[in-house]
Amino acid sequence: MKTKFTTDTKLESEIAYFENINLKLESGDIINSFKLAFKTFGKLNTDKTNAILVCHALTGDQYVAGNNPITGREGWWSRMVGPNKPIDTNKFFVICSNVLGGCAGSTGPKELQNGSDVTYGSNFPSVTIKDMVKTQSLLIESLNIEKLFSVIGGSMGAMQALQWSIDFPDKILNIIHIAGALKHSAQNIAFHEVGRQAIMNDPIWKNGKYFENKEVPERGLSVARMIAHITYLSEDAMHRKFGRKLQSRDIISFGFDADFQVESYLRYQGKSFVERFDANSYLYLTRAMDYFDHDETFRKNVEFSHNPNNHLKYLIVSFTSDWLFPTIESKMIVNQLNSLSREVSFLEIDTDKGHDSFLLEEPQLDDVIKGFLTNNFVKIDE
Amino acid sequence: MNKINSIRKDWSLIETLIAQDRKILDIGCGDGGLMEQLENNRNAITHGIELNRDLAANAIAKGFNVVHGNAELDLSQYSNNSFDYVILSQTLQAMMKPKDILSELLRIGSKAIVSFPNFGHWKIRLQLLISGKMPVTESLPYTWYDTPNIHFFTIKDFLNLCNEMNIVVEKSIGLTSKGKQFEISESITGVNFFTHEAIFLLSYKNFEPIKIKSSKKVFAKNSVIAN
Repeated sequence: MKTKFTTDTKLESEIAYFENINLKLESGDIINSFKLAFKTFGKLNTDKTNAILVCHALTGDQYVAGNNPITGREGWWSRMVGPNKPIDTNKFFVICSNVLGGCAGSTGPKELQNGSDVTYGSNFPSVTIKDMVKTQSLLIESLNIEKLFSVIGGSMGAMQALQWSIDFPDKILNIIHIAGALKHSAQNIAFHEVGRQAIMNDPIWKNGKYFENKEVPERGLSVARMIAHITYLSEDAMHRKFGRKLQSRDIISFGFDADFQVESYLRYQGKSFVERFDANSYLYLTRAMDYFDHDETFRKNVEFSHNPNNHLKYLIVSFTSDWLFPTIESKMIVNQLNSLSREVSFLEIDTDKGHDSFLLEEPQLDDVIKGFLTNNFVKIDE
Repeated sequence: MNKINSIRKDWSLIETLIAQDRKILDIGCGDGGLMEQLENNRNAITHGIELNRDLAANAIAKGFNVVHGNAELDLSQYSNNSFDYVILSQTLQAMMKPKDILSELLRIGSKAIVSFPNFGHWKIRLQLLISGKMPVTESLPYTWYDTPNIHFFTIKDFLNLCNEMNIVVEKSIGLTSKGKQFEISESITGVNFFTHEAIFLLSYKNFEPIKIKSSKKVFAKNSVIAN
């Protein structure tokens, strides 16, 4: 394998190039060369025992902490990752990479096809969570890290963490799996499909070849984001935040303006999303989540894995108001691990903030992650 | 004895019933106090279940394997004989179905340790006799309308149930209200009267193998012979 590292000054991100490695994807397609954009925080210790991989969710990126040059705002989990934060970069070496198929610098549909000046668009091969994890493992290998102390993620990040525990149990010591599931449910696939239809029915999408026309299917992508955003909240949280409050007016307009604050909020979410996310990436990554399914196979995988995985520790966290990845889905993972006497911890956090809770102010989540990492790190350090 | 001291005392007695290097499930593990004690003093591998969210979160944050859940619903997920000991400390009286829990303990674990306050203690009997009201004591400190303890039972009741379920008491520790310690035996007169708290190490009765002689072979271990 040939790996080359460079720094993209515009993205303020490290880029790892993997050249002529003919990566075979789960679909059977082969990618000859690819690149991953990643960021690291903190310092790798001399024994290389303190590395943590943080996996981002559907629309996340490598900017888990610090400043995100794409949005000009703080990293998506900067309340969790940083010096003296729950994932403490004074103690741990944190790696976060943009997933394969993403649009923040890693190889994905908006990048140029190998050796040409055309973007992939819908010629990009289908990617799965397993493929993402495979490329992450190559990145970790090329950083000369044999074993990760932990793999942590929420939502699509949780899917990656679980996939790590299945595919590379001997390369990790524990996973923190937040607001995830063994499979993407029918309802979740349904919501994704509506989002994808919104994009593909935007006349500007043109089978994914919109970059050639220097246009972006903004309307479709923003509608997709608006739908998805509703699924990340909860009815209680929406009621608490917006109720039926009107936006910049005292009386209703008897028209189709954004009369209500909740409408104005969703429109803003949709609009700001198109500035930072690629419509084709959205199609590919939602599909990767849809294809995720370990419902039938997880138990067997854990039980009969060729790799010794019985040292692995699992921390599974869910939220009471998360209806996208409800607690029952987390409990299925916990049940299967318990039935095999594996070292698993589980907590359902009481909150009205819905699926997005893992990104928001939840002191109990902070405490549990901090304590779990610190105390389990002490145990391996002894 | 106050509540905390009484729990600490309970834990140190439970510890005396446990061998080194064993795998243990603590039901109602709180923030992991007993698990910590058994890991330190007995080199145990510990798992816990805790219903209270904040206590479970604290235990997880200390690095223990704790599942936030309800023992009455969640025990079924554990496989047969997956632990050496399953501990139920001071909780049996708060269970909806104590008998089911007891059989679950011995399905999951080769041995079970159960501790509970004895409702047959003389102070409790006396309170009910004299005042005619539901007793309130140090070990059962709640009023009848506001108590997690929904099934009151005495040592005699418990031993009868064990007998009915083919469970044997391997060891037992009784405590008087003054903290005096003794082995519980039904032959001691008044044991149900002065035992304040009881701790039992339980396992299933090993049946004597049934030996059946045929003309050629001796079959043993409850095996069924067709002819």
